[in-house]
Amino acid sequence: MKLQDISPDQVVYWQWGPFSLNATIVFTWGIMAFLVIGSWLVTRRLSTDENISRWQNMLEIIVKAIRDEIRQVTHQGPEMYMPLIGTLFLFIGVSNVLSVIPWFSAPTASLSTTTALALCVFVAVPLYGVSRQGLLKYLKQYVEPTIFMLPFNIMGELSRTLALAVRLYGNIMSSAKIVAILLTLVPLFVPIVMDALGLLTGLIQAYIFGVLAMVYISSATRAHQQEQQQEIEENEGES
Amino acid sequence: MDNVGLIGMASVISSGLTIGIGAIGPAIGEGRAVAQALAAIAQQPDEQNTITRTLFVGLAMIESTAIYAFVVSMILIFANPFWNQVVEQGGG
Repeated sequence: MKLQDISPDQVVYWQWGPFSLNATIVFTWGIMAFLVIGSWLVTRRLSTDENISRWQNMLEIIVKAIRDEIRQVTHQGPEMYMPLIGTLFLFIGVSNVLSVIPWFSAPTASLSTTTALALCVFVAVPLYGVSRQGLLKYLKQYVEPTIFMLPFNIMGELSRTLALAVRLYGNIMSSAKIVAILLTLVPLFVPIVMDALGLLTGLIQAYIFGVLAMVYISSATRAHQQEQQQEIEENEGES
Repeated sequence: MDNVGLIGMASVISSGLTIGIGAIGPAIGEGRAVAQALAAIAQQPDEQNTITRTLFVGLAMIESTAIYAFVVSMILIFANPFWNQVVEQGGG
């Protein structure tokens, strides 16, 4: 990836007619294979003894941390959201952390990858909302204070998807670009410091993407929960 | 001055102005947010987890404005559409 390239989409390895194989696709599939094969290797021999393998220990810590975080953000059980949020966090986190490897360009530094991830969240919000509250109650949220808020609610839905995509892209691309610029100015030692900072911001961005997706989804499912709580309180008051 | 020089000059100057001015607002906002969060943690150390999580999410929201400015300035330098058009016309 040259200094002028603004995203790994522009690095084309192989082209056949209208189909081209660029660095984004290659590294995305690489990370997917890494995650799937890695977790398959670890979960092949799970044990509940006192002596568990260190890899199983590591995965247990990660999974437990994600579950606790989801439970704290949503105040609901994490089982329903774990597949989506956990996958988003792990994919973004691994791709950002691996970007310290030379010649590896993180797929999250391309606007197409982050747009795809943000669109997943954009689709997941109404899916979870409808499945939790039913279609009418979910749609009623859009006209919640008054009917005049309808266009603003829709615009908010679209603009936060755009913000989700551009935020991740801008952060990862900027840390990669800063390291590249510093390499041309002070090639000794200074880029390493910025790379370490990039590790930190990369993990924070993965965390923030997951938490924001969780907040959006839980805000679409929350009305239902509040009503349930009210019912419970009313029942307690009656009895 | 010819078109290429004009466009190059305007792009470089405006990209510097974009990131320079665009970083002011988020910097002030993030500074205030962190100061408030530190004061809150000092007052209520038990609520540290909740405050830190909310702080991170809020910082990400604030920071995205600076990131927009950065993306625009990067586009002006590395992927400027006007520059490419002029170069194509001159070359072709």
